[in-house]
Amino acid sequence: MEKNSLLIDDEKLLKEVGVDDHFHDHHEGDPYQSNFFSKYVFSMDHKMIAKQFLITGMFWAVIGAAMSVIFRMQLGFPEESMTWIKPLLGKWIVVDSAGVGHLATEFYYALVTMHGTIIVFFVLTAGLSGTFSNLLIPLQIGARDMASPLLNMLSYWFFFLAGVVMFLSLFVSTGPFSGGWVAYPPLSALPQASSGSGMGMTLWLVSLVFFVVSVLLGGINYITTVLNLRTKGMSMWRLPLTVWSFFITAIIGLLSFPVLVSGFLLLMADRSLGTSFYLSEIFINGQALDNVGGSPILYQHLFWFLGHPEVYIIILPAMGIASEVLSTHSRKPIFGYKAMVISIASIAFLSFLVWAHHMFMSGMNPFIANFFVIFTLIIAVPSAVKVFNWISTLYGGSIRLNSAMLFAIGFVSMFISGGLTGIYLGNSAIDIQMHDTYFVVAHFHIVMGVAAFLGMFAGIYHWFPKMYGRFLNETLGKLHFWGTMIGAYLIFWPMHYIGLAGVPRRYYKFDVFDTFSQFAELNQFITIVAVCTFFLQLIFIANFFHSMFFGKKVTTKNPWKSNTLEWTTPITPGHGNWPGNIPTVHRWPYDYSKDGFDFIPQIQPPLAGESENH
Amino acid sequence: MMESVHKDRIDYRNKIHPHKFALWISLGSILMMFVALTSAYVVKRAAGNWLDFELPQIFYYNTFVILLSSVFLQMSYKGFLKGKEYVYKYMLVAAFIAGLAFVVMQYKGWQALHQIGIDLSGNPSGSFIYVISGFHALHVLGGIVALIMALVYAFKLPYRPTYKRKNRFELVLHYWHFIGFLWVYLLLFLFTQ
Ligand code: HEM
Ligand SMILES: [Cu+2]
Repeated sequence: MEKNSLLIDDEKLLKEVGVDDHFHDHHEGDPYQSNFFSKYVFSMDHKMIAKQFLITGMFWAVIGAAMSVIFRMQLGFPEESMTWIKPLLGKWIVVDSAGVGHLATEFYYALVTMHGTIIVFFVLTAGLSGTFSNLLIPLQIGARDMASPLLNMLSYWFFFLAGVVMFLSLFVSTGPFSGGWVAYPPLSALPQASSGSGMGMTLWLVSLVFFVVSVLLGGINYITTVLNLRTKGMSMWRLPLTVWSFFITAIIGLLSFPVLVSGFLLLMADRSLGTSFYLSEIFINGQALDNVGGSPILYQHLFWFLGHPEVYIIILPAMGIASEVLSTHSRKPIFGYKAMVISIASIAFLSFLVWAHHMFMSGMNPFIANFFVIFTLIIAVPSAVKVFNWISTLYGGSIRLNSAMLFAIGFVSMFISGGLTGIYLGNSAIDIQMHDTYFVVAHFHIVMGVAAFLGMFAGIYHWFPKMYGRFLNETLGKLHFWGTMIGAYLIFWPMHYIGLAGVPRRYYKFDVFDTFSQFAELNQFITIVAVCTFFLQLIFIANFFHSMFFGKKVTTKNPWKSNTLEWTTPITPGHGNWPGNIPTVHRWPYDYSKDGFDFIPQIQPPLAGESENH
Repeated sequence: MMESVHKDRIDYRNKIHPHKFALWISLGSILMMFVALTSAYVVKRAAGNWLDFELPQIFYYNTFVILLSSVFLQMSYKGFLKGKEYVYKYMLVAAFIAGLAFVVMQYKGWQALHQIGIDLSGNPSGSFIYVISGFHALHVLGGIVALIMALVYAFKLPYRPTYKRKNRFELVLHYWHFIGFLWVYLLLFLFTQ
């Protein structure tokens, strides 16, 4: 690899052929970082906003996961007393005359609901795409910052506000919303329907509206930045797959979240203006309501028109991150770059045509269901193309099995396992048995929950050096990986069997169903593994914050020997990312192991005698 | 003069200013909200238990008001570009007044609905009209706020057709045209249903 010395030094290239945009000409005190507040709190710098998204996302991940641990304990050990947790949960632990405390049933539902809402929206949407779109889009396309740093800052603060409102809802005396993360009416539409349907649901709605504003502001910015602020030479076909995935994710978000808003608008009207969009002929406590003419199925259509694209909003950034990490650490070009981009785009397109596969059991016309079955199964094609390309990228590579790489490989594994069960569920006839069972829970936790988490971890281990100028501890990283990977499979694999036997999801306990008693031990097992896996994540958190201050220092600009532009910035870039000129781009980002060179960064001009250049 | 319009242009890759680009993207999002509402209308209608009634005439007349307002704003914009300060200012006022008139007349439309016994909280077929037109009116109000800002610029600042001001004007202009044509779409939709 001595040939690498033929490559021209970054600094020299930046000076000689970089673009001088006169960025630093007016440098009277950088307005972005002049004091503590404008640097760390109301920052407009995309890198700081990325860290804010990440750390807020981590906060929510701990809360969301802790909730699942609590309801899992109820599921796994329904007879055990939970009085010990009463100091934390207060009146939500009901102690009977024998002194045995149980989770209040309403609160069980509230926990399940909040767990879903928090993980789906706050962690895997904001924490994942918010973090990495912000960090990587400007750095990897060679821009000083986002198109509108102000909107970018607002995007974070709307997310923060959404979080505050949701957090408050945990403490209202009637409890947070408890009708499931999908918030179907009538539970969500009638304040008197359950204890969480009143104030809890109002706050849930307010929070999610703020959240949508955050997603839209972020998305507008990401799209505008990618299309307008790419540096010289950075054509669309030279974008790293990370940027492609963030870009298309943002487009999906801008097209689907507004539909959710419309669904919420009608829901709010039903809740407070007396309309009956989703309500008809309902009895509560033996009393007939005078709402007639509405249809709760209408809400399901509007919700899932967002809901299905939303799952791809979650997974596409993870796919982009995995592609980049896999290619860099196997020292090979990503296999089928164009096919990857086309797959992302076709997944995005198809994701708008399959929403009713969540509604096969809502009484829809089976002929209409067929349409959705077909499109659902077609989505498996671009998904399979991606999987094939990831594996081919690994094949024959000189693989570095570091933590980032392990997590990226783990992502591929989880995506395969969970994608396969999707194909079962996508058949409306099979779904009659599977719908709303633990089979669905297993499917989406593996393919979305765990896979997206693994993709996010891959990204964190890979780009931590860029964020903080230090490395995460590798030994702890590997422990974190193996523990998470094994734990996740042990938790979710058995759920397939439970689901096949017809055990419904979201039930508080199963003691009245004799046939399900056979799963009591399996349920205990799942709970025990879940608790262990949860505590294992604390290792990561400790590693994260410890390494931030005391981790091994990054000493070279490009520790992974990667091709993308973020590694041409100083080790800890200041505002504007490049101290002098911005780089110009002369090739695609995947020139690894080419013509005897280990890697050729994007800023290298064509080399003499080089084979075909992208 | 055209030169001064282009002088303070930042050199981005594309000719479209990023703010305008961002506006167009957000218009796409707004459109999706209304597409969702009208689709919901179709789905709900197909599900039965639906009350048919005639839309009050005033909604049709009102369409001309908002389109007229768009025409005024376009004339004002042309005046701005061509250096006809008078046209620029007073057509802007005309657009603003027509915009306000639209909102007032929508309100009259809701009163007319109430008079024929269609209330917000009755059969969803009526509720849809209120919610769709009400949500649209909210967007018009947003546009009116933008127009007020444009008016402040027009009357407070000395007339100077810089690139920056032209661009800002175009943001308002495009939003306003969009809102107008959105109403035409909604009305045609409700009419053909
Ligand atoms: C090969 C591709 C896939 C197919 C064919 C597929 C199919 C399905 C079907 C039919 C259901 C509904 C099951 C039911 O409720 O009865 C479902 C549920 C779900 N899927 Fe997938 N899926 C696929 C990939 C994915 C991916 C990539 C994600 C996320 C990244 C995902 C996330 C979900 C979620 C979150 C649910 C459950 C939502 C809920 O009811 O709470 N799926 N999937
Ligand atoms: Cu789906």
